[in-house]
Amino acid sequence: MLSIQNLTKTYRGNKKAVDNLSIDIEQGEFIVFIGTSGSGKTTALRMINRMIEPTSGKIMMDGMDLSKMNPVQLRRQIGYVIQQIGLMPHMTIRENITLVPKLLKWDKQEKDKVAERLIGLVNLPTSYLDMYPAQLSGGQQQRIGVIRALAANQDIILMDEPFGALDPITRDTLQDLMKDLQVRLGKTVIFVTHDMDEAIKLADRICIMHEGKVVQFDTPDNILANPANDFVRDFIGSHRLIQNKPSVKIVDEVMIQPISITIEKSLDDALRLMVSKRVDTLFVTDADKRLIGYLNVDSFTGPQRTQQSINEVLQREVIYVKTGTKLQDSVRRILKRNLQNIPIVDNDHKLIGLITRANIVDTIYDTIWGDEEENKNALLVTREENVQ
Amino acid sequence: MEDLSQLNTFEQLFYYFKENGLYVLELFFTHFYISVYGVLLAAIIGIPIGIFIAKNMKLAGFIITLANIIQTIPALALMAMIMLVLGLGKSTVIATVFLYSLLPIIKNTYTGITTINKSLTDAGRGMGMTRRQILYMIELPLSLSIIITGIRIALVIAIGITAIGAFIGAGGLGDIIIRGTNATDGTAIILAGAIPTALMAVIVDIGLGWLERRFDPAKRQERLNKASISNAGVE
Repeated sequence: MLSIQNLTKTYRGNKKAVDNLSIDIEQGEFIVFIGTSGSGKTTALRMINRMIEPTSGKIMMDGMDLSKMNPVQLRRQIGYVIQQIGLMPHMTIRENITLVPKLLKWDKQEKDKVAERLIGLVNLPTSYLDMYPAQLSGGQQQRIGVIRALAANQDIILMDEPFGALDPITRDTLQDLMKDLQVRLGKTVIFVTHDMDEAIKLADRICIMHEGKVVQFDTPDNILANPANDFVRDFIGSHRLIQNKPSVKIVDEVMIQPISITIEKSLDDALRLMVSKRVDTLFVTDADKRLIGYLNVDSFTGPQRTQQSINEVLQREVIYVKTGTKLQDSVRRILKRNLQNIPIVDNDHKLIGLITRANIVDTIYDTIWGDEEENKNALLVTREENVQ
Repeated sequence: MEDLSQLNTFEQLFYYFKENGLYVLELFFTHFYISVYGVLLAAIIGIPIGIFIAKNMKLAGFIITLANIIQTIPALALMAMIMLVLGLGKSTVIATVFLYSLLPIIKNTYTGITTINKSLTDAGRGMGMTRRQILYMIELPLSLSIIITGIRIALVIAIGITAIGAFIGAGGLGDIIIRGTNATDGTAIILAGAIPTALMAVIVDIGLGWLERRFDPAKRQERLNKASISNAGVE
């Protein structure tokens, strides 16, 4: 869908910011440009929406040459998210989200509909629509920054270190959210970062750049398994290379069957179920087994004690992982967020499994003293890395 | 004796206002209009110049220096020079006010636009705004309060200059002041002209200051935050 051919940008003094870049990007791919500062990754990104004009080479979008298009019309078709967020301080959140629709002269009803639908996608209440950006936290502002780039149904989203200025936990949440949105809406995302963890977590393919040139362009797994040269190896860092030894498992291999209840049942039923199964967390699903939230000890104490239905006391903010996720990713997440357990859902958001701290310990025990004797030392290192 | 003379001055002042109230009011408005016309003209010319030099930084130094030089000429001298061309009367004073107002208006427009966070205009451009849309939807709304500050400074200076303008027959409250300086024991008459002039300057300053705060995005956010805090307190 996007074909970059021999793209070069030369600045004054013959300094080549981007040097003969050629890559093809498929529809619905999450591409991450990564490199040190001055590697040309941002310049490359900004040439895609013609914020910077290339010195030579061309970019084709769906067979059309970008340099032949009107740059203003082009930018309205491409979402753009920047690190500084760039929400207009004098406009409400609603006006900020619908800025591109406004430029495209949509009518008011359509704009309101889009604003309400999108703010739901990033788990913010619709009451925020009439607030001003300064009333929101940095993480909330960048959520708005992200949906602003989706408002006019753009197929391609360009993101220039969008989460670089956020604290680690907010960044982690927004990464999950972005990846989920990208997969769900089938958007093509081109993302610039200098954080390798972020790149590995989000990317379908990573483009490692150095001094304006592409050093390696491949899937995260392939890059971890076969770094092209010493530069890439240094850039990835030795600790990540160890993690990616073939012994890694995916969550589906070690997950246990979760105890769940459907949402229309009463709280008494839920409590009885928890006692009989001897669990401290009970997952709540709808009739189709889709994960809605969870109940834990807190749900039955404090002010909630008087409530009758599960619906009223339910914790709706669940951190979950998708099926097929690497075990180390979910371990990392449990440790980072200080969770007791993490549910696993399939692509339809149906609850299919659960990883708890206890069965992580089991897994480590198995791998160390189980049948894989020869991998024992390597794995020991891996787990220690994770604990840190 | 001194107490008595003090009292007499105020009595005289009061008497003057009572007898010539409508005349003073008429001069008050003449004075005000001369100042406003001059500043308005300067705003019509100065704001576009300010925008232009904010986009063409190389010219900024030259234009602002030029406006600075005008500002250094004493008002009376400038008025005398313009009088050679435009003759006696209101237009000469309006022209002087216009020239004096250019500097604060151009400089504030320029500062207002150049101090806007680059990331905002970058985001606007990246979303597909034309240069004109960036100007009208981002740059002008965000620099409006600073531009109003420039107009406020210009208008307060203008009211002072217009008072001098009475020397070349423009009318305005300066007329009363000059009459007072010419009369024996004219303190009361001088005050009758000076007090309304000062009052006008203070009212303009307060009024435009209020307008300026209304359009200041930072101040508005503070207000909103206060509002949301007090709401939270109610809940």
